[in-house]
Amino acid sequence: MNISVHPPGRHRERTPSRVAGWLRRFLARRAAGLVLGFARIVTAVRGEWQGVEPRDVQRIYFANHSSHGDFILVSAVLPPRLRRHTRPVAGADYWMKGRLRRFVGREVFNAVLIERNRERRTEDPVDQMTRAVGEGASLIVFPEGTRNTGDLPLMPFKSGLYHLARACPGIELVPVWIANLNRVLPKGEIVPIPLVCTVTFGAALHVGEAESKEDFLRRAEIALLSLAPNGNRP
Amino acid sequence: MTAPHPDLLTLLLGLAAVLFAASAVAYVLRVRLSPGGSNAVIENLGDRIDAWWVMAIVMGLALIGGRTGVTLLFALCSFAALREFVTLTNTRRADHWALAGAFFVILPAQYWLVWTGWYGLYSIFIPVYAFLLMPIVSSLRGDTDRFLVRIAEVQWALMICVFCVSHVPALLTLDIPGFEGRNVLLIAFLVIVVQSSDVMQYVWGKLLGRAKIAPKLSPSKTLEGLVGGGLSAVALGTALAWITPFSPIEAALLSLAIVLMGFFGGLVMSAIKRDRGVKDWGHLIAGHGGFIDRLDSVIFSAPIFFHLVRYGWSLT
Repeated sequence: MNISVHPPGRHRERTPSRVAGWLRRFLARRAAGLVLGFARIVTAVRGEWQGVEPRDVQRIYFANHSSHGDFILVSAVLPPRLRRHTRPVAGADYWMKGRLRRFVGREVFNAVLIERNRERRTEDPVDQMTRAVGEGASLIVFPEGTRNTGDLPLMPFKSGLYHLARACPGIELVPVWIANLNRVLPKGEIVPIPLVCTVTFGAALHVGEAESKEDFLRRAEIALLSLAPNGNRP
Repeated sequence: MTAPHPDLLTLLLGLAAVLFAASAVAYVLRVRLSPGGSNAVIENLGDRIDAWWVMAIVMGLALIGGRTGVTLLFALCSFAALREFVTLTNTRRADHWALAGAFFVILPAQYWLVWTGWYGLYSIFIPVYAFLLMPIVSSLRGDTDRFLVRIAEVQWALMICVFCVSHVPALLTLDIPGFEGRNVLLIAFLVIVVQSSDVMQYVWGKLLGRAKIAPKLSPSKTLEGLVGGGLSAVALGTALAWITPFSPIEAALLSLAIVLMGFFGGLVMSAIKRDRGVKDWGHLIAGHGGFIDRLDSVIFSAPIFFHLVRYGWSLT
């Protein structure tokens, strides 16, 4: 993932010299390349563009969530030009813990980090995402809110996707099904099993003028579920 | 690494000539019949020929690289094939360590044994040791749901994707009097006979295929395709006797064994695909599907060819 979409000056605040900032960005870019390369070796991941083409337009990709590697697989199948403008939305509670995770989350993957814990919030997550979209980024969001480790193929969506869709009415919402990654690295395992993964992109949605929150979320869930392959084993 | 044998270079140049001719034909067909990519069959043919180029170049480099190159190449093929196979199986969380062992312990160990030429161990390592150890590892997690199906699938995945495929580089360990330093040509012989049989079955089947052999398994396999393609491949194998330690008659009989095993191997692998409800094993090779789609005939013929040559010609 390219770091150039950072707002200017962001690195200079935290690092005293230009050289150090440049070095950090260089390292972050190499690290992103390594992670994507590793993911490709393990999963031979392939993107299937069923409902939309990989065109360079601003989009909000919403995907099923079963593994920490989910957004990496989505990134891996995006053409580089799209990948540069696409930022994953991830939980700050996880990615701000410790220096390494912070570096990986913020700089390697340029994630929009949102606080899931209501009490500790200083900013509304929907506002944060809307601002990122306003700056020109595409987003990868996981409307289930957390990783799905149960037997159901999909957990009920949180309302964030609806509010985000309302706040960015012109942006395409693209459902993305990530198949098999939950088998590559089940929760609690550390050695990944190489299995072939596919990332399927469905037809874009828009929220209707008078559509209720429940109706829209239901429609979005069905759109996402319909992309799951028949043989998908949870 | 020593200089590649002149026969190998002659063979690779011949192969390049064939591929040039195929590319030229595909180009003419594309211009005449498929302007703008409108004809799916011709586009697929083009993809296939392009993939053949890549495979031939990779294979040629591995053969020139000798024992290490060939062993590495087929270890990578095994890895890709095993990944495709396991993707389609019913494994559960409890199999995680058994699967990790299959990929990261058993596969490298098998190829290391082949590389060192330890026939006594690599010929039984998977069918005896892996087959007994893997269910033990799986059972330790205590998940009995569909246990027999799960362990049988993983075992067969190893058998097909690792054990059988590793018999291609194992050909390099044979010690054939008067054939020293030329063992890579045995691999070239096997691969050319198998793959030409596949290609010629496709061509003959398209030209005059009528009687379907196994319509439920593979609608494109016809009796005319099998006979025409098989005979063409046997003829080619006989014509290649000069690169082998075999007489022309022996080369013809070995080619026949390779062709038959390859054909039935393709049939078995089709049955597995039907059972799993997929058309191809994977997507890594444009126009061909996955690695197993390209390897299926080699998988079944390699161990048989290996043993026939070992008992008939080798001192080891």
